[in-house]
Order: sequence, then structure tokens, then C-alpha cells
Amino acid sequence: MTLISERVETTAPVVTRKKRDWSVVGRVAALLIAAVFVLGPVLWTLSTSLRPPSESFKLPPAFLPLNPDIASYQQVFKQLNIVQLVLNSALVTGLIAVGQMVTAALAGYAFAHLRFRGRGALFSIVLATMMVPAQVTIVPVFMLIRGVGLSDTLLALIIPAIPTAFGTFLMRQYFLGLPGELAEAAAIDGASPWRTFRSVYAPLAMPGLAIVGILAFNFHWNEFFRPLIMTISEQNFTLPLGLVSLQGNLGTGSISVVLAGVVLSMIPALVVFMFGQRALQDGLTAGTGK
Amino acid sequence: MSTATSTPTGTGKQPGGRQASHKHSQASKRGRVQQRWLPWAFLAPTIVGMGIFTLLPIVASVALAFFRWDIISAPTFVGFDNFAEVVQDPTVRVSFLNTIVFVIVAVALQLGLALGLAIMVQEKLPAWLRVFFRSAFFFPLILSAASVSIFMRYLFNEQFGVVNWLLSLVGVPAVPWLTTPGGSAAVVILVYVWQNFGFSFLLFVGGLASIPVETYEAASIDGATGWRKHFYVTLPLLSPTTLVASVMAIINALQVFDQPYVLTRGGPGDSTRTAVMVIFESAFQRLEFGQASAIGVILTLIIMAITAAQFRLSKRFVFYQ
Repeated sequence: MTLISERVETTAPVVTRKKRDWSVVGRVAALLIAAVFVLGPVLWTLSTSLRPPSESFKLPPAFLPLNPDIASYQQVFKQLNIVQLVLNSALVTGLIAVGQMVTAALAGYAFAHLRFRGRGALFSIVLATMMVPAQVTIVPVFMLIRGVGLSDTLLALIIPAIPTAFGTFLMRQYFLGLPGELAEAAAIDGASPWRTFRSVYAPLAMPGLAIVGILAFNFHWNEFFRPLIMTISEQNFTLPLGLVSLQGNLGTGSISVVLAGVVLSMIPALVVFMFGQRALQDGLTAGTGK
Repeated sequence: MSTATSTPTGTGKQPGGRQASHKHSQASKRGRVQQRWLPWAFLAPTIVGMGIFTLLPIVASVALAFFRWDIISAPTFVGFDNFAEVVQDPTVRVSFLNTIVFVIVAVALQLGLALGLAIMVQEKLPAWLRVFFRSAFFFPLILSAASVSIFMRYLFNEQFGVVNWLLSLVGVPAVPWLTTPGGSAAVVILVYVWQNFGFSFLLFVGGLASIPVETYEAASIDGATGWRKHFYVTLPLLSPTTLVASVMAIINALQVFDQPYVLTRGGPGDSTRTAVMVIFESAFQRLEFGQASAIGVILTLIIMAITAAQFRLSKRFVFYQ
């Protein structure tokens, strides 16, 4: 199970035929239609958010934002405490991502390069927790959070999300890809095991850690179920929750405003997509290939 | 951040610590002594966290399923009453039925679409086009299901929505998407598949890339062309990927919540109410935590049974190279 290195570059033969291959043309056409259906709704959302509310429902629809009008975006800031929502989402997502990177690096390293009794069994338990649906644990977790007086706080969203089975698995795989001889060499130089981890292995594992961080960011930035349960007051809402409440408050009248909020919430995800697309793809498919 | 490792935690007692003759050779005695508790210090944050937030809750959830508890008064033991009530509750029944129908249709669509597009992308395409399509199909995965459901609600609007406008171009009369049971169910499925097929697509692209070119060359020497090639070579060799993709797609689809919650709130009637939605409603709206746990336990057992069955079946249908 080598994971990160399993790039999905194709091995299909490069055919150089003079004759135009009509099957290729048909295939590209089919793929393009699929791509239009996938990207169209997003373009429509962007375009509609940039039009005056009176034109929201104009048909035929516009997919390109000609004559942009940012009034809806100004409205979002009036209707919704969007600064607070972004801050909450950023704080929750950021702390979860950093927390997962740190704990997964430590645990992954222990499972990969440290020797201790019960290592295999413990790792199996960690893997097994990946299969437990969140809905089964949510009621007891909610009660626990309530019991220690953390309900309706951002900490209720952050703390339970930090221990990560998938991140631990990913980092173990990554550390296994680094040679054990590095530890021996460091030991000969007199480095303590902790020092060996911090100065030798952890820096080398940065690409793996980036994957854990990007995956955590993408998942928790978009998370809806747990915030819906754990937070009650609007000042503790995260973005997805705030947007759904905005939609409820405004009804169907000014969809440009709702869509402007949606677009604003997508921007960080888009940035991560542009810079971390490869890492995200590798992370999502890690451990699934043969 | 580094503090976690410098504190020898309660779990630091390592069984078998007396064995001085550890195979792992260390340069100094200090290293050997430190190594005894070091792994546990590394593991402590993860293991303790999982114990508190996953393992304990599982046990608690199963136990809770046998109690009646509304948080306010003390819990009372009711044996299997919760299970009996839940199984007889028409809303719960409908929601499980909805979930099963949803899983079958959504997963079939998701895998079919993903496989077809993956095969089309993989064959004889310029690299830049492949990269473009891969990014395009992957894109919805980075969006939140809540945001997606919000804009999809407008696109499926009966009078002003783009979907019905497109259909009107080919002469289809306006479809009452969100106001009829069948229409709502269709929208939930379409929106879910739209957002998630990219994940299966990526898995299939990866699986296809690992099929050696020589296999196809051998097949074409034997006279296989076009669709026969895919039927007799691609599909069997792709079966391990298909297994993984279907297991993951089914597990995810069984837990669908965000899309039906934002798109339809489970309606009209109970037509788009899903299993996870009734867990949410019975726990956090009706404060019937015991019943919610019972539904959760049943759902988990179903997920485990399906996954086990898939792996059992796969022994017959999955070919490894």
C-alpha cells in the first residue's frame, strides 16, 4: 500500500493516427456536456449573485456575469453577520486542521517507526473507528459536551474533531515510506527519539501533513450536521449554518443576496482547490487503491 | 503543540516493561528508558481523544438505546421497548425505506456515471484535456452540501428555475420538482449524485491507470475491439476498484442528511425523510434520546451487514491481477 506516490497518470497508449478519429470527437463532446452540467450551476450562481435582485429569475439564464452589480454582496453584509460567520468557520476549521496535523503526525509516527506492545491491535482499533457513522456517536457526544458545559460553544465543534483515524492512517503510511535507517543514523549522532522525530522525520513528512490539513480544512469548512446540533446561538454559527438561516429568513424574494452569501462561502474552498487540488485528490483516494 | 509529548501521561505504563533485552538497539541507556513511554506519549492525544469521542460514545449509544431519557428527568430502563416502538413507527419505517431506495438509485447513478466518464477520459485524450475534465468533475466535492443545496433549490424552482427552462426547450412541460413526493426524491438524488460522482470518478481513473497497456494489446491481438474490450478486459480488471468505490459510495449514501434537510426538510410528507434525519429529529427536536440511539444502532447494524455482504460477494466477482 504505497499511497501518495500512486499518481493517476494514465498509461493509455499515445496513438498518432493521421485519420481523424471520430470516436475521440464523440467522447470529447460527451465529456464536455458532462462538464457543462457540472460547472453550469456554479457559474449560474456566480452570475446571478452579481445581478440586481429584480433580475434573479430572468430566463433565459445568464451564465456569464456581464454588467456586474455588487449590491447583493453589500446586502449580505447587512443581513448576515458574515464577518462573525467567517471568523467562526476560520477558527473552527483552522484549529481542527492544526490539531489533526499534530496528533496524526505523532500517532502516525508511533505506529510506523516506534516499537511497543500491542501496536498492531491498537492500529486495528484506530482503523475500525473509521467505519463508525457519525450519527451513532453524535447523541452521546452531545451529552458529554453538554455535561462539561461546552454546549453552544465553538470548542464543542473543535475538540471532538481533532482525533483523526484517517489522518493517523495517512501519516502512518507516509512515515512508513521514509526509511528507518534515518532513526538509526540520528541515534548514532546522539539524538533522542523525540529529537529524531522533530528534526528528521517531521520535516520530511510535510507533504503528508499538508494532505491531512487540506482534507481537514475542506471537510470541516463545509460541515453542516455537527454545527447544526452543537450550536444554538447565531453568534456561534459557522458559514454553512448561517447561509441556510439566511435563506430561511429571506424566503424566495431576493435570491441574489442568498447566492452572494453562497459565493462568499465558496471563496476559501476555491483557494484550497487551486493550490491543493493534487493533495486533495491524493488524500481522498489514499488507501483505496491496490 | 509540543507539550503533549513532554508529559508522561497516565497511559505510560507499558506492559512488558521489564524486558531489558529489547531488540531495538539504541545508542544510549537514556534512549532505551525514554523509549518505553515515548510511543505512548506520541499516541496519547489520538488514543485518549478517540476513546472519549468515538469508543465511549459507541458503548453509550448502545446502552442508551435501552433507556428512555429526555435529558430532564432521570433515565429509565425500558429493555427493547425503544426498538419495538421504532420498528413500528411509520415515519421511521418510511425513512428507512426512502434511504434504501435513495442508496440504490444514487449509488447506481454515481458509479455508472463515474465509470463511463473515467473510461472516456482515460482513452486517447490530450493530457491538458484530461486534467481539465478531472478538475471539473472533482470540483463539486470541495463545496459544502448546504451551499449546493441552496442554489439547487433555485435551479429546480417550478416556474422560474433553469432546469424547467431547459426542459421547456425540448418541449417538456414544467415539472413540479419540490412540491411533489416523486419530484423531491428525484431532486435529492440528482443533487447528491451531482456533488459526489467525482469521488468515484477519481477512484476509477486511478484504477484504470493501473491496468497495464499490454493487457489491451493482447486483447486487441485476439480481436477484441471497442465495447468488447471494455466488457472483457476493463471491467474484470477494474473489479477491485469497483468494490472499494461501491463500498464507500454505499456507506456515504446511507448517511445522507445535508441535502434532504436543506432541499426539502424531509417533505413533502415524509417523501424525502432519511434515516439520519429521523435520528436528528427524534434526538434534538423531540428529545427522545433513547429512541434516537435505537435508530442509530439499527442503522449501524445495516451498514455493517451491507459492507460484510459486499466483501463476501466480492470473493466471487472480484479478480485480482
